[in-house]
Amino acid sequence: MSDTTAGLLQVGLLIAALAACYRPLGAYMARVYESEHDTRAERVLYRVMGVDSKADQRWPSYARALLAFSAVSVLSLYAFQRLQAHLPMNLGFPGVAPDQAFNTATSFVSNTNWQSYSGESTMGHLVQMSGLAVQNFVSAAVGMAVAVALIRGFVRSRTDRLGNFWVDLVRSSLRILLPISVVGAITLVALGAVQNFSSGTKVSTLAGESQTITGGPVASQEAIKELGTNGGGFYNANSAHPFENPNPFSNLLEIFLLLLIPVCLTYTFGRMVKDKRQGYALLAAMTVLWGAILAGISILEANHPGTALNLAGASMEGKETRFGVAASSLFATSTTGTSTGAVNSFHDSFTALGGGLTIFNMGLGEVAPGGVGSGLYGMLVLAIVTVFVAGLMVGRTPEYLRKKITPREIKLVSLNILIMPVLALAGTGLAMGLPKPKESILNPGPHGLSEVLYAFMSAGNNNGSAFAGLSVNTGFYNTALGLIMLAVRFVPIVLVLALAGSLARQQPVPATAGTLPTHRTLFVGMLVGVIIVVAGLTFFPALALGPLAEGL
Amino acid sequence: MPSTTPTFRSRVHGGLLDPKMLLTSLPDAARKLDPRVMVRNPVMFVVEVGAVLSTALAIQDPSLFGWSVVVWLWLTVVFANLAEAVAEGRGKAQAATLRRAKTENVARRLRQDGTEESIAGAQLMLGDRVVVDAGEVIPGDGDVVEGVASVDESAITGESAPVIRESGGDRSSVTGGTKVLSDRIVVQITAKPGESFIDRMISLVEGASRQKTPNEIALNILLASLTIVFLMATVTLQPFAIYSGAQQSLIVLVALLVCLIPTTIGALLSAIGIAGMDRLVQHNVLAMSGRAVEAAGDVNTLLLDKTGTITLGNRQAAEFLAVDGVDPEALADAAQLSSLADVTPEGRSIVVLAKTAHGLRERAPGELKTAHFVAFTAQIRMSGVDLDGGRQIRKGAAAAVMTWVRDNGGHPTDEVGAIVDGISTAGGTPLVVAECVNGTAARALGVVHLKDVVKDGMRERFDEMRRMGIRTVMITGDNPLTARDIAEEAGLDDFLAEATPEDKMALIKSEQEGGRLVAMTGDGTNDAPALAQADVGVAMNTGTSAAKEAGNMVDLDSNPTKLIEIVEIGKQLLITRGALTTFSIANDVAKYFAIIPALFAAVYPGLDKLNIMGLSSPDSAILSAVIFNALIIVALVPLSLKGVQYRPVSADKLLRRNLGIYGLGGLIAPFVGIKIIDLLVSLIPGIA
Repeated sequence: MSDTTAGLLQVGLLIAALAACYRPLGAYMARVYESEHDTRAERVLYRVMGVDSKADQRWPSYARALLAFSAVSVLSLYAFQRLQAHLPMNLGFPGVAPDQAFNTATSFVSNTNWQSYSGESTMGHLVQMSGLAVQNFVSAAVGMAVAVALIRGFVRSRTDRLGNFWVDLVRSSLRILLPISVVGAITLVALGAVQNFSSGTKVSTLAGESQTITGGPVASQEAIKELGTNGGGFYNANSAHPFENPNPFSNLLEIFLLLLIPVCLTYTFGRMVKDKRQGYALLAAMTVLWGAILAGISILEANHPGTALNLAGASMEGKETRFGVAASSLFATSTTGTSTGAVNSFHDSFTALGGGLTIFNMGLGEVAPGGVGSGLYGMLVLAIVTVFVAGLMVGRTPEYLRKKITPREIKLVSLNILIMPVLALAGTGLAMGLPKPKESILNPGPHGLSEVLYAFMSAGNNNGSAFAGLSVNTGFYNTALGLIMLAVRFVPIVLVLALAGSLARQQPVPATAGTLPTHRTLFVGMLVGVIIVVAGLTFFPALALGPLAEGL
Repeated sequence: MPSTTPTFRSRVHGGLLDPKMLLTSLPDAARKLDPRVMVRNPVMFVVEVGAVLSTALAIQDPSLFGWSVVVWLWLTVVFANLAEAVAEGRGKAQAATLRRAKTENVARRLRQDGTEESIAGAQLMLGDRVVVDAGEVIPGDGDVVEGVASVDESAITGESAPVIRESGGDRSSVTGGTKVLSDRIVVQITAKPGESFIDRMISLVEGASRQKTPNEIALNILLASLTIVFLMATVTLQPFAIYSGAQQSLIVLVALLVCLIPTTIGALLSAIGIAGMDRLVQHNVLAMSGRAVEAAGDVNTLLLDKTGTITLGNRQAAEFLAVDGVDPEALADAAQLSSLADVTPEGRSIVVLAKTAHGLRERAPGELKTAHFVAFTAQIRMSGVDLDGGRQIRKGAAAAVMTWVRDNGGHPTDEVGAIVDGISTAGGTPLVVAECVNGTAARALGVVHLKDVVKDGMRERFDEMRRMGIRTVMITGDNPLTARDIAEEAGLDDFLAEATPEDKMALIKSEQEGGRLVAMTGDGTNDAPALAQADVGVAMNTGTSAAKEAGNMVDLDSNPTKLIEIVEIGKQLLITRGALTTFSIANDVAKYFAIIPALFAAVYPGLDKLNIMGLSSPDSAILSAVIFNALIIVALVPLSLKGVQYRPVSADKLLRRNLGIYGLGGLIAPFVGIKIIDLLVSLIPGIA
């Protein structure tokens, strides 16, 4: 079977699998968030945490609870790493250095999972499991909670209550993420991923040298790594490592898992706002963007300009032979489009333009389909911007889902779309402008710029994947990227919650023939156009001097 | 003030731009360069700061290219100010006309004891009573408390035909600066000096009291945040450029920034707002706030008074229905006789119908010398005539005439009742005609069918409204049967029959409860609460001061149909903003294709592939983009003053159309424009 045929088959299979789960899972999630009932386990948990699960929160207290929870998470994860030497199951690893521990803590709590360390040679099992893997669950759950709060903002009217953060957090973790990742982990084990508590197996290599191969609870972490669009690999090689991602089937399963919740949340959204077409419209916009980037990367990767590589078939540098070009392109598109950041191939080695597209994909703001929860709320924010311009063009105060877009909403939305580009560009500019950070660049010329740009786009969008080719375990990168990851995660979250609060207070506007329909092709097209044009205009200069300069 | 009374079917249109205005407004535009004024417009403020910066740089390191960019950057700012100045200039011209009406005048104030004293008009206080005689100018706003007069209001309305103002009722308000043509009236002043209608009008058309509307504020925020993003993209470009070995001069970076930030819409935004208000003024409508104009575009429910808006305002005779045994012509004759002295439109229409349907010539007044006409009063509810020879004819409401028949010994047949009910059911008004000859028993001759006549073209108008998503509700004092009939005939969505002011208020509140915005017109004092409650309340200029005070717009023509035009102007205002925003942002794509290769093709020759316009040289490319960016502002000034054309179609169609013109057009136009400018610029030696 040719690589292209295999690729098309995989895309087809992937879409079929997602389509099969779309409604059941989407509807299930809606029920989870709308349900009045707590399970017994949850009731116990709430009692321990001292939470009144029936108490509806205003947006400020929702935000405070979320921030407090995340702050505690950062601190405890930081402490876990620093004290690793004194903890059991540390595999003999020492405590992590302060800047790297800060970077890792913020990275995992912000659902970025940028890794300036290599897992197998830095973190013991306890930190991996009770520190990192736990954050894989709860940081994803935080994103889902925010998305649900925003949906409630649209659904509810004349109230200041958005639901209860603790309930949304617990339900997302226990009722959605946990069961699916258990099934996912078991399936991964069945497909050959590793799951043990081995402290390393000594083997003799062909060259006659001795090598320690670390095992560990890989499959369980792998499942939630994809499902929660986290992306922090157990091993440095991430999903290119055979223990994490042994074969094309596990590869497809991992892509499926990382797309699953972001895709299905659009159905949850449609169902909760009682107009499924609105959810389909967002899904359509996500699909168009994802499909276009996928087509772009696949074509660019399959037609490498280098003669030698063309003779060899295609650009296989940095890609695993067991996946091939098509499956690598599919993975790259999905991981950069979902803020996952797992990789099964090295984007640094992609063609200049193909690699540029992965950067651009992140630059879209992680909405195609985006991270768990964050993809949906990110897309809704962009939909509001689109509605605003489109609404003016039809001569009415713009409204979306029967809520008016007033100066207050626009203020929140504008700040929201401002943060990512400003921080990503400022970070890259600083790194390129200061003498020290430039030394981390391993490749000269435009490719070096792409490497730095990629790092800051990845952190700036809570993606977490690395281009490679940049030594990021330095004080500058650990600190700058850590701060950016925190800012781009939590400032927008607070703004989105404020937006939800502002929308919930409003009285719904009745829909008439003069109301702009937001479920039709025209609107979806305009939404896609706005996303591409805004991202394109923002990042064109940087991309021109990086990937475009190299590839054209 | 120009009087542009639009023909009924015409779409909303604004005044055209007089090219001379561009020149005469230049001094104003220059005055607006003051940074304290500019800072209110964040986008253009950034351009001004950029222009100052690059001027300094050009002085330091002079070059033809540098100075050319500097000149065009300043022109960009000036053009933006020019747009605003031109928009304001048109208002100023109108204000000057109004000021002439406000010339100092002397008021004849009535003292408590009834004697008169002369004081300056400007010293009149609330509650003062002044006497105005024929030929005198009314010294201040107020209500007529005594007398009737014909008043020339052309100073305000531009309408030369005089209007009647009388004490009591809904036509009592007069405006300072208008002139009494006949008779004598006593006016009670209702406005403080300096706050009169003309004062407010002057400040409105001058734009002095213009406040930003909610949508304008929201758009400003969005534009400011886009500006910050582009500022970031430009600022960070320098370290990238240095890393790439292609350090850029600051002038070039300023040029890039100015090209990227949404200057087109930023420059025209306030002109669009001023022109929107101006457009209303040209339609002889005064909006007390821009907020009201914007709300007009959002209106979901339109409450329209039946009389004068939907129907011609008077019922007209449609047919004579004689009872059995009466010749229809005899009925027509009797009806005509009884209506000869009746000057109401209803009465006239009976005479007209008698002539057209039965060929009955109208008798000259002298012909029936001895006839005694009985005028209509609210007590007897009928009118008629007593002729020589003891013949009495009466016509009027069925109950009243039937009582008269019985009182005169007659026995009304059931047949009359049946005809009356039939007409009522059909929504008409029945007038029963009866006669009594020489003391014989009175008898009913038949019934005149009076019908409300719906204005031409109303159905089409309401169909348009429906397509725009606006629900039309007719308000009438008629009974539900009549109301339904007219509502159906005119194609309205709903009606409120036998409406009292309380009903109206309740209807507005219930619509607003459901999140709808309501617009209505009104003139009477009892309309005032509803006018105040409605989101858009248009008071008729003929109405009472209370009504004018309560509404947020005043229609100087007192034409209730104008509500429809007001809605269109409101929509047009938003559409123009949205369209130019889209255009402005879509423009950036081409500018990148011009500037990025110009900056970096030297170090990365591959980037020259992005120079798809084939611009002649880097300097020429950058300069052309800057020039295009400046000229497009001037090119769009007429559009921003006139407003984007509005068509009453569904939102989807409207979006498709505007997205096509301003989105796609905005994408393509600069490619063409920059190329053409480049062809010209490349002729300049030293740039090419």
